[in-house]
Amino acid sequence: MIPAQDAVDLVLAAAATSGRCDETIVIVTDRAEASLRWAGNSMTTNGVSTSRSTAVISIVRKGDTAHVGALRSSVVDPDAVDGLVAASADAAHAAPEAHDAALLTPGSGSPADWGDPVPGTGAGAFAEVARALSAGFGRSDRLYGFAHHVVETTFLATSTGLRRRFTQPTGSVEINAKRGEASAWAGISTPWFAEVPVDSMLADLAMRLDWAKRTVELPAGRYETLMPPTTVADMMIYLGWSMDGRGAQEGRTALSAPGGGTRVGEKLTELPLTMYSDPFAGGLECSPFVHTAAGSERMSVFDNGMDISRVDWIRDGTISSLVYPRAAAAEFGTTAAVPADNLLMTGGSADLADMVAATERGLLLTTLWYIRTVDPATLLLTGLTRDGVYLIEDGEITAAVNNFRFNESPLDLLRRATEAGVPEPTLPREWSDWATRAVMPTLRIPDFHMSSVSQAQ
Amino acid sequence: MSSRNVDGEFLALPLRQLADAALSAAVAGGASYADLRVHSITTETVQLRDGELESAVLDRDIGLAVRVIVNGTWGFASHAGLTPDIAAESARHAVGVAVTLSALNAERIELADEPVYRDATWVSDYRIDPFTVSTAEKIVLLEEYSGRLLAGKKNGAGVDHVSAMVNTVKEQMFYADTFGSSITQQRVRTMPALEAVTVDAAAGSFESMRTLAPPTARGWETVAGDDVWNWTSELAELPVLLAEKTKSPSVVAGPTDLVIDPTNLWLTIHESIGHATEYDRAIGYEAAYAGTSFATPDKLNTMRYGSPVMNVTADRTVEHGLATIGYDAEGVAAQSWALVRDGIFVGYQLDRVFARKLGLARSNGCSHADSAHHVPIQRMPNVSLQPGREDLSTRDLISRVSDGIYIVGDKSWSIDMQRYNFQFTGQRFFRIRDGRLDGQLRDVAYQAVTTDFWNSMEAVGGPSTWQLGGAFNCGKAQPGQIAAVSHGCPSALFRGVNVLNTREESGR
Repeated sequence: MIPAQDAVDLVLAAAATSGRCDETIVIVTDRAEASLRWAGNSMTTNGVSTSRSTAVISIVRKGDTAHVGALRSSVVDPDAVDGLVAASADAAHAAPEAHDAALLTPGSGSPADWGDPVPGTGAGAFAEVARALSAGFGRSDRLYGFAHHVVETTFLATSTGLRRRFTQPTGSVEINAKRGEASAWAGISTPWFAEVPVDSMLADLAMRLDWAKRTVELPAGRYETLMPPTTVADMMIYLGWSMDGRGAQEGRTALSAPGGGTRVGEKLTELPLTMYSDPFAGGLECSPFVHTAAGSERMSVFDNGMDISRVDWIRDGTISSLVYPRAAAAEFGTTAAVPADNLLMTGGSADLADMVAATERGLLLTTLWYIRTVDPATLLLTGLTRDGVYLIEDGEITAAVNNFRFNESPLDLLRRATEAGVPEPTLPREWSDWATRAVMPTLRIPDFHMSSVSQAQ
Repeated sequence: MSSRNVDGEFLALPLRQLADAALSAAVAGGASYADLRVHSITTETVQLRDGELESAVLDRDIGLAVRVIVNGTWGFASHAGLTPDIAAESARHAVGVAVTLSALNAERIELADEPVYRDATWVSDYRIDPFTVSTAEKIVLLEEYSGRLLAGKKNGAGVDHVSAMVNTVKEQMFYADTFGSSITQQRVRTMPALEAVTVDAAAGSFESMRTLAPPTARGWETVAGDDVWNWTSELAELPVLLAEKTKSPSVVAGPTDLVIDPTNLWLTIHESIGHATEYDRAIGYEAAYAGTSFATPDKLNTMRYGSPVMNVTADRTVEHGLATIGYDAEGVAAQSWALVRDGIFVGYQLDRVFARKLGLARSNGCSHADSAHHVPIQRMPNVSLQPGREDLSTRDLISRVSDGIYIVGDKSWSIDMQRYNFQFTGQRFFRIRDGRLDGQLRDVAYQAVTTDFWNSMEAVGGPSTWQLGGAFNCGKAQPGQIAAVSHGCPSALFRGVNVLNTREESGR
């Protein structure tokens, strides 16, 4: 494979030679991936892979209108570049007007690290994890889980002189432990697989399985509930995905306000909670610029290379921003706001141990699962509790409880939350295929709606 | 299988040289078994919002994958490069992965036997290759379809916004293994969808309705014209149905008799039967992610899954089925078999490792990988509920209900990690009174335990009600893999299913 930087240059040179388009954007992403999966104390699948994605976005401007052609290919043969560029140009010339047209982000020359080698990964990344797991496999609890490492380096360049580069490491380890009918889960996000605390995760799992020595059957109903950070992350990430400005402005999302307009400015809670994304958040670093081959209500190809900065989606309990690419922001008279690939919620200060101690009778969840929209107008979501619902009585965990199906809206959870814990790094269990970078608090919900009992263990 | 050939562009790749290089390097490295897969997936996604282009992207993903068994342990490696050197290097990487991680393996991998297929070719049946239709032509058609729905806005039918999308896929695979099989295959699939939204700005609420046209393993003929799906009729009636829905009463929650249309029931089959009869789930391979199953091996041939009218088959052979193929990702020829017979649980979905584990002589061909960069795993075949011998119509089933709901079209779905407790919504809910339809209802969801639900099935419609639904996006495994799968079913009548009012569920 030729270096990614050379592939970028080949695409721009081919576009310049053909001269058929006014502007060309090229995005080359090199991806290295390693995975390891196990079940019942034995490895099941594994693998390493090396791949490249080359996106060529051609723009033809005709007077006030712009027309876009976008192709993405994993072909790495340099001889295929001319064909890719020509097909992208053909698509642009045949395309109807783009309604998100804007000037491209101006060029600023190549960054200092542009020519550096691309980092990779491999099965060796799991050496320490495998050692600790191997010891765990020899004990009596049955272990299931997954370790995953992906290193993606993206090079973005435009015919107008913009050059940007970013390396995104994404790693996670999830362990599910079972003992008899009891099941527990622990997971962490670990970008570079440095010092993964598998031993302490196994100890935490053993403690949780001990909590399940006593079991109590509870019926459906509303319960005072402590939602730990991974469960808050799964619900708030869904909220974040639902915060498109256009949809809210047009009256077709839960962020639309009665009487027209959006819910920006609505106070959800007296708790001083701030939910934001920030590409520079410590430990959760992610791409500080837009790179996309496909337009949507959240992203525009014309914004490629644009800075992504911190955005407070909720500030001090009040909805404060919605997602707008530049063209949509201009259309609705607001400022562009693009989400970084992480999500944080701050403002809480309680320790989980204190929150448990202050609970007379309630539930402590472990994770949520199979979350789907039931009613988009209220953002009512359904889902299941999974791998540990624990009963708190007089400030202590006294038993494990059956699982439940819940029906709840993340907006309503924020409206009803009475206490927030200290923000902690967490792995969102349901959405970890797409979202591993989160910092969230524990939330106390006085009346979490468990709609029915699930027999699942 | 059609009389078509695999595209020349794919056949022009050095497939044999890649296989020779990979398989010989694997064996030289100590592998007792190896397979090579060259996998190409071309996807075009076109999306319009309110009749205007939002996005059109053509995506081509191609690479090679080598899977080996070394001392009874799997190893896997893939690469985007398609040269013999890279194929050999990937084989050595796969051997290296198996050796590096072998200490974690406690179960020796063994494969069930399968005949060898040399130089086999299979191509799916479709009329118009969607990649011979220009993007511009696709956009024009979706503009026209969107316009028909938006015309409802001008006519006062209340359609404020329309989204339209079509996703077309061509998949090409070359497979070779050290047993001697070499197989080349090609298939296409198409998924169209349009959704209309009506907004009540004063109340800050909205309602939507989506077309019922299912995704299918056909070509562009799925979208253009009325031969495969009656677009003329559906696009004409959808604004009217949506306007009626916005004015309809909210449902009264409680046990309710349901007649469920195939356009909704396919998804309930997918979640509560399709996933529950995956053998890898049943023995815990998905315990930390997709989940396990209540249908464990000790219940095979004894557990009552549903009422005696319940007969469910699995196949990779049904015409235009999304999981239909000639040979699976381990070179096993496509088959069909029973999962539930007369209400009793009788079968699983298997690959070559799981067939051996279950004590069977042969796999039923459910191995699949969604790209070159993912290891093949056991995935769902087409899983279908069979129609009754008597050709009861949907109207016949409705006539048996004095107070109930006829549910049409899928929307929201969720089921627990052992496939017991599920909850579904839909696109259209028609009240049934005294055996006849009587307007629509809103805010409906149904919630049940799998075996309770299927045991409450009193009657199934006949062959004339049977229809193939399906999805492009069935998710499983880590790293996550998607798969396209179809589910055929008749209309069916269920007694006393728990219906929820979703507004009450939200505390409003």
